[in-house]
Amino acid sequence: NSGVVCLLRPLLLDVVPSIRQTAALALGRLADYDVELAETIVKAGILPQLMCSLPEENRYYKKAAAFVLRGIAKHSPQLAQAVVQCGALEMLVICLEDFDPGVKEGASWAVGYIARHNAELSQAVVDAGTVPLLVLCIQEPEIALKRIAASTLSDISKHSPELAQTVVDAGAIAHLAQMILNPDAKLKRQVLSALSQIAKHSVDLAELVVEAEIFPVVLTCLKDSDEYVKKNGATLIREIAKHTPELSQFIVNSGGVAAVIDCIGSCKGTVRLPGIMTLGYVAAHSENLSMAVIVSKGISPLCNCLIEEHEDHIKAAAAWALGQIGRHTAEHARHVAIANVLPTLLDIFVDTRSSEDLKMKASRSLKNILQKCTYLPALEPLLHEAPHNIMKHIIGQFSKVLPHDSKARRLFVTSGGLKKVQEIKAEPGSLLQEYINTINNCYPEEIVR
Amino acid sequence: RAIDEDRKTKYIAALKIQRWFRACRVRAYLRHLSKTATLIQKWWRGYLRRKNFREVVERAYFIRKLKFYNEMAVRIQKIWRGYYVRKYIHNFYALKKYLEAVSVNNELVRSELQEYAEMKENEEKMKDLEKKEKEKKYQARKMHYLLSTEQIPGIYNSPFRKSPDPMELLLRKSKPLTHRKQKIQSSFADELYDWPTCKKPPAFVTALPLLPADRQKPQGPFRDPAEVLRQRYKPLEPTLRVRESMNSPPARAREATGREEWRSPIHDNEFLPFSSYHKKAEKYEPSLCKSGKYGREAYGTKHFREVYPKKWIADK
Repeated sequence: NSGVVCLLRPLLLDVVPSIRQTAALALGRLADYDVELAETIVKAGILPQLMCSLPEENRYYKKAAAFVLRGIAKHSPQLAQAVVQCGALEMLVICLEDFDPGVKEGASWAVGYIARHNAELSQAVVDAGTVPLLVLCIQEPEIALKRIAASTLSDISKHSPELAQTVVDAGAIAHLAQMILNPDAKLKRQVLSALSQIAKHSVDLAELVVEAEIFPVVLTCLKDSDEYVKKNGATLIREIAKHTPELSQFIVNSGGVAAVIDCIGSCKGTVRLPGIMTLGYVAAHSENLSMAVIVSKGISPLCNCLIEEHEDHIKAAAAWALGQIGRHTAEHARHVAIANVLPTLLDIFVDTRSSEDLKMKASRSLKNILQKCTYLPALEPLLHEAPHNIMKHIIGQFSKVLPHDSKARRLFVTSGGLKKVQEIKAEPGSLLQEYINTINNCYPEEIVR
Repeated sequence: RAIDEDRKTKYIAALKIQRWFRACRVRAYLRHLSKTATLIQKWWRGYLRRKNFREVVERAYFIRKLKFYNEMAVRIQKIWRGYYVRKYIHNFYALKKYLEAVSVNNELVRSELQEYAEMKENEEKMKDLEKKEKEKKYQARKMHYLLSTEQIPGIYNSPFRKSPDPMELLLRKSKPLTHRKQKIQSSFADELYDWPTCKKPPAFVTALPLLPADRQKPQGPFRDPAEVLRQRYKPLEPTLRVRESMNSPPARAREATGREEWRSPIHDNEFLPFSSYHKKAEKYEPSLCKSGKYGREAYGTKHFREVYPKKWIADK
């Protein structure tokens, strides 16, 4: 910090090329390491000097200059904005057109870091015409260049649908889809994240991604040994499944649900989260899809997630997904109840350590399932422990089923449920009182007393 | 006076009787009137009703028929709708079959994925094994001196063992390592060796290959390396025509006008720059072999032009 930048500045204009390269490399390393140094470099106005001679320089200088830009742009949006205002984007485009793959890699890395921060910077990057060049970079044989170009495309397309559409118009999807088959794990991570950022914005984009024939190849990614490949693969499937029932149907038909369920079963921690949300979205669209999820043995991994995970947001996602599965008809609710999920949900709801969001999701899914559940043996244990607002639903369900089923009535009495019902105090005229009255009317007077 | 009173009472009685009788008569008259009114009304109403009777009956009949048809139609619609919904919209059996198909498909997918995972694991294991083998072979080559000789048994070939150690066998098989400097394999090569097109490690190298300052200049008429590099890496600056891609709008426009011209050229005879050459080409020139007066010429095959050195001028 002690005037290093001012000392390096004249070296950038030296006659000997290797001195220029080393000076640029030093600046790049300084900027990469620390935010204040990066700001000092920007304030000292070194960037225009760096840029001015760039087109005539050799590839090492271009690489070092791209390294400097990357180091500055990665810290914050304001620094990236300053970099763009110095006219760095045109120079980076020139670097991207260069033949040396190392130069292209450095340039696309810098472009990726600029585009990462917000939508305006991404728009500026796209306006400079980098997207077709990046698509060309993806087709190059060097793996590192492919990785970085894929991550840059992912950063550009994540901000808005128009940017994603620009990326798609440059023909990126076909190349990205081909690269899913590549054995390199880091490349697969970036490619899957790029596809999921494109697919998440709208139905048309998701359909375009699906038309590139990624299924069933994506399912092999879910079995990869690298955790982040699994996570990004599950994210991609989630972004496709969430738009319409037809897309979810397609995913179910190609066996995607089974793969996702296996993936959830084999992973631990945040890696599971996109898979859980995929199941929730698929089940939410229609009851047939929800039944398909149940048939593919989806409930037990979700239940395990609820029990084993420590993070609240994963538990909340699992609770939400279970609610979506069970809320359609009595049959669905029965499957969910048989898996012994309801007491777990109730425990989460009652637990003081759970966050607000988790409690709300658990309570909502519990209510949704209970409103359709007619499987009384699962409801009985809940009767003893439930708080007041849940109790209303449980009693309501009992009052719907008991008048018609004599065996259930007998069971209800013998298991002590009737006694419990008598102990509940309710205001006269409220819904709860009506339910209690309905239940009491099913039995002869002596038993009620 | 008794007669007077008598007469009065008689008069009064006569009045009473007459009054009574007149009242009776009036009552009878009124009764008669009401009876006839009733009769007239009865006959009139009957007449009216009998006039409208047909219509009323027809209407009632029509309404009864309609009600009947409506009921029957409702029955048909009820049965049809139940059938249709059960068959097509909420087809239970199709749903069951679909769910079974989904589970079968899932099983398939799961088994395929399992195979894929196993295959990957096997590949990993094979890679590891190969690496270990390579390591061992390299070590054996390096430690070739530990091989046992005729006189002295090596450490891996103890005289108390029945057969030599596998390491001993490896040592026997391996070629001794020369002391030439070996190329250091970078760790990236292991990751990428099976991906055919990428042969070198990641291209972005953080250390620039700087030439050492005290490197001796190579002998000979070599150019300055900076110049050479500049020439080598001179960026391509194609002309505007070359730079434009084939698919850009001006190129396409040019193509369109080119096609027009080809279709409808103004001059049918093309401009031929060497027209006499072309004229010559049109003329037929008989070949030498067959162009003699009576067949083949002897000149060119049997004899060539004779040489008369005496006739030459140049030497003189």
